[in-house]
Amino acid sequence: MNPVPDIFRILPEVILTLTGVVVMLADASLAPGCARRPLGWVAAFGTIFALWASLWQLSLPVGTGFYGTVETSPFTVFFHVLICGIVLVALLLSLDTLPENSHHQGEYYALIVFGAVGMCLLTGAVELLLVFIALEISSIATYVLAGYRKESGRGPEAAIKYFLLGSFATAFLLYGIALIFGATGTTEIYEIARLVPVEQHQTLVLASLALMLVGILFKVSAAPFHVWTLDVYEGAPSPVVALMSTAPKAAAFALLLRVVYEMFPTLRSTWAPLLWVVAVLSMTVGNLAALRQENVKRMLAYSSIAHAGYLLAAFAGLGSIGIAAASFYTAAYAAMNVGIFAVITVAGGYDEERRTIQDFRGLIHRSPVLGGLLIFFLISLIGIPFTGGFFGKFYSFTSAVEGGAVWLAIIGLLNSGLAAAYYLRLALAATQRGEEEKAKPRPQAGIAVGAALMLAVAATLVLGIVPSDVLHAASAGAHVLAAPPAQPQILGKITPPPAR
Amino acid sequence: MNAMNGSILTLILLVPLAGAILTALAPDRLKLPNWIALLTTLVTFLLTLHLPAHFQTGQSGFQFEVNRLWIENPAINYHVGVDGLSMWLVVLTGLLAPVGVVASWNAIKNRSQVFYALFLLQQTAMFGVFISLDLMVYYGFWELSLVPMVILIAMYGRKDGPKAALKFFLFTFIPSAPLLVALLWLYARTGSFDFTALQNAIAHGWFPAAGLYWASLAFLVAFAVKVPVFPLHGWLADSFSEAPVALAMIIAGKLGLYSMLRFHVGLFPEQARMLAPLLIALAVIGILYGACLALVQRDFWRLMAFAALSHLSLITLAIYGLTLTGWQGAVYQILNHSVVDAALFLLLGVLYDQYATSQINAYGGLATKLPRTATLFVVASLAMIGLPMLNGFVGEFLILSSTFTGVSRGWAIAAALGVILGAAYMLWLVQRLFYGQTSEMAQAKPALDVRFGQQAVLWPLTLLMLVMGLAPSLWLAAIQTGVHPPRAGGVAAATQSVLPISLHGEDLR
Repeated sequence: MNPVPDIFRILPEVILTLTGVVVMLADASLAPGCARRPLGWVAAFGTIFALWASLWQLSLPVGTGFYGTVETSPFTVFFHVLICGIVLVALLLSLDTLPENSHHQGEYYALIVFGAVGMCLLTGAVELLLVFIALEISSIATYVLAGYRKESGRGPEAAIKYFLLGSFATAFLLYGIALIFGATGTTEIYEIARLVPVEQHQTLVLASLALMLVGILFKVSAAPFHVWTLDVYEGAPSPVVALMSTAPKAAAFALLLRVVYEMFPTLRSTWAPLLWVVAVLSMTVGNLAALRQENVKRMLAYSSIAHAGYLLAAFAGLGSIGIAAASFYTAAYAAMNVGIFAVITVAGGYDEERRTIQDFRGLIHRSPVLGGLLIFFLISLIGIPFTGGFFGKFYSFTSAVEGGAVWLAIIGLLNSGLAAAYYLRLALAATQRGEEEKAKPRPQAGIAVGAALMLAVAATLVLGIVPSDVLHAASAGAHVLAAPPAQPQILGKITPPPAR
Repeated sequence: MNAMNGSILTLILLVPLAGAILTALAPDRLKLPNWIALLTTLVTFLLTLHLPAHFQTGQSGFQFEVNRLWIENPAINYHVGVDGLSMWLVVLTGLLAPVGVVASWNAIKNRSQVFYALFLLQQTAMFGVFISLDLMVYYGFWELSLVPMVILIAMYGRKDGPKAALKFFLFTFIPSAPLLVALLWLYARTGSFDFTALQNAIAHGWFPAAGLYWASLAFLVAFAVKVPVFPLHGWLADSFSEAPVALAMIIAGKLGLYSMLRFHVGLFPEQARMLAPLLIALAVIGILYGACLALVQRDFWRLMAFAALSHLSLITLAIYGLTLTGWQGAVYQILNHSVVDAALFLLLGVLYDQYATSQINAYGGLATKLPRTATLFVVASLAMIGLPMLNGFVGEFLILSSTFTGVSRGWAIAAALGVILGAAYMLWLVQRLFYGQTSEMAQAKPALDVRFGQQAVLWPLTLLMLVMGLAPSLWLAAIQTGVHPPRAGGVAAATQSVLPISLHGEDLR
């Protein structure tokens, strides 16, 4: 009754893996003096192909493959497309900003693609061991990428910190998996969801839930598990930060959605207050700390913590509404955050000549397009209407209000007002007329970076002006997650939920 | 031409937006961005003139309406339309746009494509505010109108632009968070953001009174900051002295006042009546406070800021007097004030561009060197003071008389005192700038009188002041149809009884 060959269930991952292998082999067989840049294009085209394959998966019936370990559903497709999109932008960004002669370029591109394999797999996995493996694949790739600028000193520091703390957090997750296996005797998520309500060892289940939450919340850099974010973002190359502040987070949020809404829906009364607290902490800590930052990357690191908080507010929503809001916010956040890191990459170059807010003074006078884009993405991060950031927050807080967490929405909106202050500082610095700007080289941008920025701008505008389609896609995914399996249906025919 | 009625408002929104994109892409050579912006604003102005040409006077309700589904969830409709209340404000916005371009023609020297692109975006946002009938769309444009303003003040500020911009942004952005919460609360109970639907729902008591009170307060604070109303005017003086002339003439007043009239008084009539005594008191304080501070300013931008506070408070007084005549006067006075302010700012900009100072005591005796500037300035000042035959008189008369008969004599007398003070500071400003002894600075520098382009907008504006003063019925006819009392019975009854029939009916025609 399952005519879909297993391989189709992981087609995007297979394509990405092949791309990565090709890039790595080509890198090894090319002469040492040979330019590695074309390998980046190979990786980019492989990612486009994988993105197309993910969309094609929509025509498959919802279901699992490989003995019930990998799922394809509108939910997984939504996140696959999102992750592939982010990876594509990050690759395009790297193509123009990595210096021609930089070391290990082939590995760099291969690692990005392998990381994408892990992230994609993570969103599709419905079996906890596979979840763990996928998480490790994606994490190890990002650990290495974080330390790519090994000549700077900060790079290796970032990598080591990220690796040590990250491994620690993964251990928490693994411990949680072990406990739930001990309690239920299975690692399949649907099976666990069925067994949890009738399970006698509730303590084990609760401990497992807590440990898994710690592991995942670390990955999404929510307070109080956010400490690694700052140094890692500061030390890693900007294109890598563009990637790792969005794609692994998107994957981790997909996992969090799966864990809380699909595996432990019956324990809502336990995890909802926990996430409520984490959301408030993340927003407040992130915004208050960001106010005092002079270094732009650190400021954006705190801002990403705050955004994780806004996103977690959506988890106060019930069932599919909350899932759809969280998915939408992930997409909106990814679009604008990738965009702003792309701008920072181009403005500062590989050597990061623009680090502090003061360094951005006069950017709009030096380069109107880049300055304009910087302000545009900041406006979206503030959450002004007609940008993705507005509808992201809108759906997230509406979901919270509908889930009964009115205070969470109010705290969130107050936080957005607070956040405007530091985003605006950067925006206003860019508009100032400084003398020192003349000394700086005019930022250079090639076709690849142009395409990356265009993609980010287009995504932010589409999410802000015509969000309906993306919301439908998110809702379709949400319905799969909120109403567990059994009835295989043709994905293309899922009708969007009627407006209330 | 009637075929255009359905799409005219959309066109008015899209033309400046298209112009903004075009300007942003234009090379900064041969004043190309300036010309594109001028052309765009002129075309937009001509488009806005379509509205009065095809407006059905005497027909209540919205005209030129478009109502299409935009986003399913939440249910947001692209619902636009104008009535007598907003129509002239749309035309006014259209009129002031080319004036703004002319005012910036020589003042903006670097990155003019950025300036004009954002200026045109600002126009789009303002048109959006005036024509939106879906509260979420309205909120979108309301917020959007902040962004270009803030960036332009920061980029083109005279001394400390970013500081003034930050102040302006925080003052206006933070109150919009409660506004959004109030909007969501209204939506949660009705499932609609539509203005008319919400108006009906509120009139039919779908909401608990306490909640409505808080919601109306959230609306009011957001609007009051933008007007500004007395204790919330902290951003005004800095923004006026920093903002480029083209933006200073549109930054205060009409958006907030229109929003008060439409979305506060119009949506929450009961709550507006409860809050009216407070606002009347604040408005009168604002009139006197603004006038007194204007008297002692040494910087003419700051003087204009406090003058604006005083004049805008007069309009706030008219709105919360809750009389039909007062509302007519309020709408008319918004038009008057904007036209007069535009002329005055343009002329002060001419002075500032030449002498690069806004200290009043550096000037003096310029009338002989700049005869046209002086003449035009005097006419505009007289219009602002409210000299009969010029437009300010009609608006102020309507407002003061409605306050006198409909609110209370004491408040009317206090407000009239502010008008007298207004005459004092404006005439004194004229005297110090243009008459008296020729100052050293004026002697040292050769003076250029208003240029051709500036004259091309200033004379029509002056003529407009005269026509608006002599034949107000041309405008009031349409405004009357827009200023119907809100549907709730209470306020309607209250206003009917205080309506001065002689004024409302024949005298002004």
